[in-house]
Amino acid sequence: MEGLKKSLLVSLWFMFLTLPIVGVFVNTIDDVVIWRLERVLYVGICTFFLSFLWRFMISKKEAGAKRDEETGEEQISAFGKILANPSFYYPLLAGVLVFALLFPQLFSMYQVNIMISALIYVVLGLGLNIVVGLAGLLDLGYVAFYAVGAYSYALMNLYWGVNFWVALPIGALLGALCGIILGFPVLRLRGDYLAIVTLGFGEIIRLVLENWGDFTHGPSGIANIPRPDFFGLFTGLSNSIHFMYYLMIVLVIFTIFIVNRLKNSRIGRAWQALREDEIACQAMGIDKVKTKLMAFSIGATWAGLVGVVFAAKTSFINPASFTFLESAIILSIVVLGGMGSILGVILGALVLMLLPEYLRAFSEYRMLVFGATMVLVMVFRPQGLVRDVRKKIDIAAVRKALGGANE
Amino acid sequence: MDYFLELFFSGLTRGSIYALIALGYTMVYGIIELINFAHGEIYMIGAFVGLTVAGVLTSFGFPATSIMVLASMAAIVYAAAYGYTLEKIAYRPLRSAPRLSPLISAIGMSIFLQNYVMLAQTSDFISFPSLTPEFAFLDKYSSTIGSSDFLIIVVAAVVMVLLTLFIKFTRMGKAMRATAQNRKMAMLVGVNVDQVISVTFIVGSSLAAVGGVLIASHIGQINFFIGFIAGIKAFTAAVLGGIGSVPGAMLGGLILGWTESFCTGYVSSDYEDVFAFALLVIILIFRPSGLLGKAPIQKV
Amino acid sequence: MKRSLLALACVLMLTIGLVGCSEEKKDEAPAKQDTAEKAAPVEKIILGVAGAHSGDLASYGLPSAEAAKLVVAAVNAAGGINGAQVEIITQDDQCKPEFATNAAFKLVSDKANIVLGHICSGATKAALPIYKESNLVCMSPSATNPPLTQSGDYPNFFRTIASDDAQAALATDFAMDTLGLKTIAIIHDKGDYGKGFAGFAKKYIEESSKAKVLLFEGVTPGAVDYSAVVQKIKGSGADGVIYGGYHPEASKIITQLRKKKIMIPFISDDGVKDQTFINVAGKAAEGVYATGPRDITANPMYKVAMDQYKASHDGEPGAFFFEAYSAAQALLKAVERAGSTDYDKIVFALRNEEVETPVGKIKFDSKGDAIGVGFSMYQVKDGAYVEVK
Repeated sequence: MEGLKKSLLVSLWFMFLTLPIVGVFVNTIDDVVIWRLERVLYVGICTFFLSFLWRFMISKKEAGAKRDEETGEEQISAFGKILANPSFYYPLLAGVLVFALLFPQLFSMYQVNIMISALIYVVLGLGLNIVVGLAGLLDLGYVAFYAVGAYSYALMNLYWGVNFWVALPIGALLGALCGIILGFPVLRLRGDYLAIVTLGFGEIIRLVLENWGDFTHGPSGIANIPRPDFFGLFTGLSNSIHFMYYLMIVLVIFTIFIVNRLKNSRIGRAWQALREDEIACQAMGIDKVKTKLMAFSIGATWAGLVGVVFAAKTSFINPASFTFLESAIILSIVVLGGMGSILGVILGALVLMLLPEYLRAFSEYRMLVFGATMVLVMVFRPQGLVRDVRKKIDIAAVRKALGGANE
Repeated sequence: MDYFLELFFSGLTRGSIYALIALGYTMVYGIIELINFAHGEIYMIGAFVGLTVAGVLTSFGFPATSIMVLASMAAIVYAAAYGYTLEKIAYRPLRSAPRLSPLISAIGMSIFLQNYVMLAQTSDFISFPSLTPEFAFLDKYSSTIGSSDFLIIVVAAVVMVLLTLFIKFTRMGKAMRATAQNRKMAMLVGVNVDQVISVTFIVGSSLAAVGGVLIASHIGQINFFIGFIAGIKAFTAAVLGGIGSVPGAMLGGLILGWTESFCTGYVSSDYEDVFAFALLVIILIFRPSGLLGKAPIQKV
Repeated sequence: MKRSLLALACVLMLTIGLVGCSEEKKDEAPAKQDTAEKAAPVEKIILGVAGAHSGDLASYGLPSAEAAKLVVAAVNAAGGINGAQVEIITQDDQCKPEFATNAAFKLVSDKANIVLGHICSGATKAALPIYKESNLVCMSPSATNPPLTQSGDYPNFFRTIASDDAQAALATDFAMDTLGLKTIAIIHDKGDYGKGFAGFAKKYIEESSKAKVLLFEGVTPGAVDYSAVVQKIKGSGADGVIYGGYHPEASKIITQLRKKKIMIPFISDDGVKDQTFINVAGKAAEGVYATGPRDITANPMYKVAMDQYKASHDGEPGAFFFEAYSAAQALLKAVERAGSTDYDKIVFALRNEEVETPVGKIKFDSKGDAIGVGFSMYQVKDGAYVEVK
């Protein structure tokens, strides 16, 4: 009964909210007012039922949080348990790999093509994960490095006919260089000041690309960028697309490998320490400047690398592909998937990139659903789809093993 | 000199709008340390509500001045309601979540609200009726400052003075400052923090709505995307002035408006945004917490 | 460490091996397809329609999809093409290059025979190489970027609208010769279309040396206001303004110009020749010049298309409706004349035989531009665009 009353109030409130936006359409030129009140009623009915579901989910989430608190441990989902078990994990991994390798044989070229886009975003997400997830530096202009990579290939190819394979490392290097250039002025900034400066940096790069028409071809972009050529082997549209797909698979595996190694390396631990507490970190003798610059440049390297692949894939680039929204989406991949978790970032990228494509059926509603999904996932799983499992060292066990000799 | 004055006033108009929106960002940030990316969308919704209400009232044949007042009131009420609901749905459940989660939720909300308005209304630009009365005494200076510019500057100034008084002297204002300083402490001394946060969203959203209606009436057209660019600029202004600081947001807005306008006037409008962001970077290099922001004292 | 390296090496080898295998398999596939197509009689013809059907530029893309539907409905009702029914597949690209390639791949995968699209020049440029390699003819109702046809890179591309340089030539000649302007300020919206137009206008004015360009500036679309640029136009003392871009910014600039009592002529492009511009700018729009496609209301097919639209819809057809209607007609007619969906035959038919369409009796030149399609100058008079004679 209480719930009924609450839901009724909620639905009335939403009907009030949507009244002037959904219920009325005015044309001020001819002074015509079109009332569409029935739509407001639909909104009311929908929210009435949705509010039940909302409260149910919230209470379930709170119960879960309470349980965590009581037991003092984070609940690991069934999924997490499977992953922790090697006898499940390796076959699962092998299955995913085989599926990934057979993918182009099983599906049409269109599916392969969007999968390449998704894989590009996997690498972007993993790269940004170094900056945001590991080092805790909020970067809202990550797309700038992506643009640097894409444009370095496009321009070098345009002016000097540079080949894809040469451009690939150069793009990565230029990305890293830009990372350092951005890194220097922002060393002193914290948190959200850092966020806005990186956002500004991203916009500056885009605006320069847009306005420096003589060199970058401005807003009309660069067309006819060649796809990668591999000893003249993969010619023809479908072959070269398949080749790019496998290239991306290799790149993704390479990235996962490197990022995984980095995470538990000396520098990786320094990043995580920096994220947790900057002052304590300095007190421990970690060079803050070097560590931060490393995070920016290594993160940017990946963006530069896949930027080159992106340019080769679309064969046409213009500055409109590198707007702030793109940065926001890459950041969403990282946070939605679960910050710091590699598996999470991969899942996040696949979900966020494939969702809009498969939502084509909803056509105009898809961005609406996309935005709502982002909010809902965050509300119900704030730590992301996959929680980053941190390595724990049990001090008591260590002491026991040492036999109290060190005390 | 005339040219300089013209640019000065054009920058002042722009800057006043930035400042009005920036206040919302800065107040929310001051209290819950969240960049409310959906704030620009609240500004856009305010303008749309102003439009529909004005349209409906015109069709009923209300006189012009009452339409202006009523439409602005409705815009303020609705923007406040949207701000309040936004906080309840997208941010409150995330109060104890990791720091970046509410940010993503905010970006999601921003995308959602943009598309909601686009689907409910239209993706085209819609003409917005000019609600501002013509001030006869400004006729002499019409090339330097128009009636709507004048109204924007005056309203923005009045609103900012009122806001400052509200924060300085009312009970709620004091509670807000207390919460901004230290949320836990404020809770312990009996401040209803949830209520304070709600009020912050309501006040910030109303200010954005004032900006929305003013600018829409000045420019004469709106569409669902206007909130995005204005939002980013206003956010830049808030950071420039020192995020969390109310006078800082006003100063930041004005500085940004003037930078853009003088840059367009004396250099080139091609690079006005580049100048704006470059200025931000330079200021932050020398003052990492913005112009009027206080550097956080770190106790170890 | 060693184990994971080993695993990685294995994976790499496996990948390379599989790529090799797939390579061989793939070589056969297209060949098979070709023979299959040639052997069987064509049962249905698939017309792919790509363009912005959602997002902020949807209003430019949706009328084209509508036009294609109407043409196809008429053709199918009359018994189809050589007995084959025509089917439409629409794909949304939001005018973004990366989505455009996805849309193009989707159309290729769905075995479209001909493509109507894309709407924006950038998206078209991204999609064209894919159609080219798949031997698909692509015809755009609205992509006006000159290099699309003039570069010779895209032999499979056609369009039913004239290119930007033709518009700019008309606008500058009109400004200098008809209006006799001596000093001109050129403003653009930094976009592909607007800056392209403005760039050509600048080039033509400087080449003719009849007038001087005092100002060449871009404004940021969606900025809060444009009064600083307006002041700059005033400060430069130009006799007239040429604006390249779309109507939202144009209406803001013209409103602020007139508010400041600057009454110099304002000349713009096809992106501004839109009823929305007049509706939004209101009184300030009076007297504004804009180039637009030649008046086609006298063409016989125009009335047919209009009647067909009115029969099923309220209001007026949107942007590029008639261009898209013409493109769909030209494409389907070419397929009919070619007698098959063979690429070379369709291209031959398009280049050599005339089609009666709403935009006139057209055929295409060797670059892909429609012969007989051009621009005229229009002026706003009493809330409507009237052709300037």
